Amino acid sequence: MFGELIYLDNAATTRLDERVLEAMTPFFLKTYAIATSQFGYSAGIEAREAIGAARATIAKALGAAPEEFVFTSGSTESSNIAIKGVALALGEKKGKHIITSRVEDFPVLHSARTLEKQGFQVTYLDVDEFGRLDLDQLRDAIIPETILVSIQAANQEIGTLQDLVSIAQICKDRGVLFHTDATHTFPRVPIEVQEVPVDLMTVTAHLIHGPKGVGGLYVRKGTPLNKWMDGGFQEFNLRAGEENIPAAIGFAKAVELTTPEETARLEQMRDRLIERLLQIPHSQLNGHPTLRLPHNVNVSFRFVEGESILLHLDMKGFAVSTGSACFSRSLEASHVILGIGGNHERAHGSVRFTFGRYNKSGDVDAVADVIADVIEQLRAISPLGKEL
Amino acid sequence: MPDFPYSEIVMEHFRHPHNVGRIEEPDAKSIEGSPACGDMVALYLKVDEKSHRITDIKFESYGCASNIATGSIITEMAKGKTLEEAKAITWRQASEALGGLPPIKTHCSILAVDGLQAAIQNYEERHGLIKERVPTTVEVVRKRLKRVMNPLVGLDLVRTKLVKEIKVADGIVNVALKLPDNHQFAPNIHEEIIEKIEPLWDVTQVIVEFEE
Repeated sequence: MFGELIYLDNAATTRLDERVLEAMTPFFLKTYAIATSQFGYSAGIEAREAIGAARATIAKALGAAPEEFVFTSGSTESSNIAIKGVALALGEKKGKHIITSRVEDFPVLHSARTLEKQGFQVTYLDVDEFGRLDLDQLRDAIIPETILVSIQAANQEIGTLQDLVSIAQICKDRGVLFHTDATHTFPRVPIEVQEVPVDLMTVTAHLIHGPKGVGGLYVRKGTPLNKWMDGGFQEFNLRAGEENIPAAIGFAKAVELTTPEETARLEQMRDRLIERLLQIPHSQLNGHPTLRLPHNVNVSFRFVEGESILLHLDMKGFAVSTGSACFSRSLEASHVILGIGGNHERAHGSVRFTFGRYNKSGDVDAVADVIADVIEQLRAISPLGKEL
Repeated sequence: MPDFPYSEIVMEHFRHPHNVGRIEEPDAKSIEGSPACGDMVALYLKVDEKSHRITDIKFESYGCASNIATGSIITEMAKGKTLEEAKAITWRQASEALGGLPPIKTHCSILAVDGLQAAIQNYEERHGLIKERVPTTVEVVRKRLKRVMNPLVGLDLVRTKLVKEIKVADGIVNVALKLPDNHQFAPNIHEEIIEKIEPLWDVTQVIVEFEE
């Protein structure tokens, strides 16, 4: 079954693009030196120039200056550096209040929890039924002690995009730093830091057919940020540790290869799949109908359970994800579906499909046909829904 | 091949579950679990009035693979047995027959076993087979609370030490929990406790208290 896999879990990770691998290979086998100072040996200078070029490519996609972009080991580290770094820089000086939302991904949510244990106050903002933030609630939540607002660019499960322009502007007007987790948007949904006054932005490579284990953090010039992992002076003295040069090269290549035309193609597949799935009785779209990630579909099917759906699809060669409690390691239902006002039943029957470069347009009808059968089969043995 | 959490027997029962569906006008039935708390199993029995032998048994499942597979195996095991024999079937036997289940999935599979026991009890109550009515005591209540799951960990309320105190007096059962009333599962747990305790013959009222 692994030969014929139709992979629809591209928000979990993606297949590496061969062209990315090709760009990376010389930096494993030939130019494997570390990035030395300008007075180092030539192999090191070559490596330094290569990572500099990679940085410039990614910074350009963000509308940032190269020295405003720090390479990290991935978005988990980026969000940790941003949130805990600001807390260390401003906690004693300005205040100990942080604002985030209930539906953030775990790097942000758990960084906030850790700070709470250390005496910070955290406000977790609600979202509406589509997963959108209430901007008035954000305005009201900002107090003189607030040092940071961290709101995701798009949701990892239901794909809802936030109004980043307005959120960033509110923070700027109130003199509060703004971090956004753009793991799932960059660079498909462009966010230019010249237009959106964001101070810190988390990005990653492995969701756009780049390598795993590399990400980055945009840090606007002058943003107070304390380094807390000690070591060398790499990455403008913000992130210690030898730079992962092959991965950084791969990240830049992956950014270059991500085009608006491709994103438009994913969007078409998304819309077609949503249309097909909503034809199944007792199905419901999770997230916003239009303000959503170009490659994300998330639908709940009543009276059936997600792990069972996932296993049946796996047996037929499809990889998808579910918010069901039965599927999670902790047996907890998706905090995102509960956050948009859904109940356990809705989380239980939720299935996420995410497209990527290697999906063909035929995959849409293939999965839609199969899932319709699976749902029917599971509903036939379910004690629920028979009276309807 | 990757190391799947489910045995080949579990997967076979999941793919092709035995005895699924409903029995119209069953002699007894039970519903364990609730959609709010996760898994749910409905079980239907046809019982021969003279021999007390289970002549037909069917189940329906709203749940994960281990829930469906356990429903399938337990109905196979119970079919043709007398009620007394079927009562002796344990979760361990069902789990062994399935080639083992992942520990985290214990709760989903116990539900099907509880369903069988509850359906047999339902038959006995309906057909006057319960000889003497045992008065409800703290121990009786505790035993029933062992069938209410704490969805956070997939184990029952008693085992996860969420039950602070049980009081029984004049038909009123009072259950105090070590759980805040704004907990995400509070309404579901509340509802399940009522469902399990209220049917006791001498209970007139069930009060569930949460922590402030």
